[in-house]
Amino acid sequence: MSAFALFKKDFASEVRTRYAINSLVMFIVVTISVILFSIGNEKISDFLSGGLFWVVIFFSAMSGLSRAFVSEEERGTTLTLQLIASPSTIFSGKLLFNLILVFAMNIVIALLYSALFDAFVLKNFSLFLYAFLLGNIGIAIASTLIASIIARASSKGTLYPVLSFPILLPLMLTLIDLTKQAMDGITFQSSYVELAILGCYDVVMIAASFMLFDFIWKD
Amino acid sequence: MSNFELKAENISKVFGRRLIFKDVEFLCPDNGIYGISGPNGAGKSTFLKIVSGIISPSKGTVTHLIEGEKIEPENLHNFIGFVAPYVILYDEFTAAENIHFFSKIRGINFTQEKFDFLFTHFGLFDRKEDLVKGYSSGMKQRLKFIFALIHSPKILFFDEPTSNLDNSGKERVYQTIREESKSSIVIIASNEDSDLALCSSILDLNKYKHSGSR
Amino acid sequence: MIWKIALFILLAFVSIAGIAFPIVPQPQHWYEFPFIMGLGENAKIIFFHVPTAWLTVIAFFMSTVYSVKYLRKKDIIDDIKAHTSAQLGMVFCILATITGAVWAKFAWGSYWSWDPRQTSIFALLLIYGALFALRSAVEIEEKRASLSAVYSIIAFITVPFFIFIMPRIMRGLHPGSADDTNAGTVVNFKMNGNMLLIFFLSLAGFTILYYWMWYVGYKSTLYKEKLNKNYY
Repeated sequence: MSAFALFKKDFASEVRTRYAINSLVMFIVVTISVILFSIGNEKISDFLSGGLFWVVIFFSAMSGLSRAFVSEEERGTTLTLQLIASPSTIFSGKLLFNLILVFAMNIVIALLYSALFDAFVLKNFSLFLYAFLLGNIGIAIASTLIASIIARASSKGTLYPVLSFPILLPLMLTLIDLTKQAMDGITFQSSYVELAILGCYDVVMIAASFMLFDFIWKD
Repeated sequence: MSNFELKAENISKVFGRRLIFKDVEFLCPDNGIYGISGPNGAGKSTFLKIVSGIISPSKGTVTHLIEGEKIEPENLHNFIGFVAPYVILYDEFTAAENIHFFSKIRGINFTQEKFDFLFTHFGLFDRKEDLVKGYSSGMKQRLKFIFALIHSPKILFFDEPTSNLDNSGKERVYQTIREESKSSIVIIASNEDSDLALCSSILDLNKYKHSGSR
Repeated sequence: MIWKIALFILLAFVSIAGIAFPIVPQPQHWYEFPFIMGLGENAKIIFFHVPTAWLTVIAFFMSTVYSVKYLRKKDIIDDIKAHTSAQLGMVFCILATITGAVWAKFAWGSYWSWDPRQTSIFALLLIYGALFALRSAVEIEEKRASLSAVYSIIAFITVPFFIFIMPRIMRGLHPGSADDTNAGTVVNFKMNGNMLLIFFLSLAGFTILYYWMWYVGYKSTLYKEKLNKNYY
């Protein structure tokens, strides 16, 4: 499939140049360290640790997910891609890359986080898992779309979080709430609405992205 | 042999406040070599990008037809080959890898014979497993031709096709152009006389620069 | 000209009525408002705060509508219309946030408490800010128009999520949120008849004002553009 081929190209390119991975890994380490240092020896509540978890995820996403489009734009290969694939193929391929990246990144963050923060204890693990799954998909979709927008603008680095935050905000709020519920051990039944919201967000975002990407991509 | 047709009518392009050209008409009803000439800054590259569907005109329509049927913009890319100084290939990959990836992404397979033939024809067969990072500008230009031809497109757009090439390179390009024009439309944008000498008809963009009212 | 004068009179009346009419426990005259539990004198701010919040949402909606139009027709005039609407929306959003914070101070004791509606208006402020940041980062006019149109539409899509999840996520102080028992009269429009009248007049007046400001705004931008490009 064409989109999968594009993903493989990006993956091979990343393996060879390590354009994004290096700085991303360091960024995650630095962010978590900053939080640990600023907390010091204080005990933080479990709700706070849950919220901070998604803060780390948000900023790591902002650090790593723009590479998909920005690297092409910076190298001048956007035209090359326009010559070989239709807009929907491009978006699918880049989305696939960012999906894999988001999951890899967030699993690392989750593991590091649960090891370093005692307050981060999940009583209802399966609830967290579902939230994690749906949430990451939503983050990937929205971030990929915004990345394609800022790739065409100047001051991409600072513009990316500015544009992404309002779009990701409903998702983040729901995820923080679900994380708290998972920590409290709340059952699946009562969290059903929040999970449905995540699912809705994913579906709506992906539909909107495919419809709007053409206008972003084509000059 | 499928009949490809290009129709560009009333094409105008404006960048901000600058008018590049106005009311250009460009028709390619059949296979052959068509030229676009004009001094630097006349908008040749812009015009080429417009008629190949890469950018949209400010006014006017561009239609691509195959067997009389209109081709939708989403599907156009596989019918087109494009060579220009501003086409960049991935220099972290080898030449062969570039071509392989592009074909997979296009979804069009090529035969090994065609692959070998093109690489040999453009003199890059020995260097095909080398990273493009190490290529000279002339080699990159020749690789761009391979990129443009490997999927057997029906319409070829060449912007300054002989830039960075030595005489033997130029000869090979002219040979390719003559060969391809038998079965496809070839459009050359250039200000080199030797390039334009191949063309059966030439559009002078300089004539369309002024809108008539200033 | 006539309707501009009419608008002036309307808004003048609304402003005077909103500020000057006294609030008394037992209204005797037509120009007196009844006391509302939990709000007291401060209830008058409703005539100004709610219209600004209403207008910022309308402005955003209109901006999105013109964005969709732009993407279909690629007529730069639609982009100008959308941008003018967004500018007005930003102004009203700031006003709504400020009037809301002032009301909050008097009614609940603090200017900001992350109540759902406060958070929503703040989110809208962020969206507007992001939209303007995006516009200033793109030089080419057509690209700027396309990108901001797309962003407006995406941002608009996330708004329903906000409205829906907010009450679920947060328990709030705002009149009309999950555990508010007093201010039913305000939100359910069971206000006294006079108050209701002034309220709707205010709403209507501000909406017409918005339309007028938007019209003048986009026309002036349009003429400025036309003067600059004198060959089109």
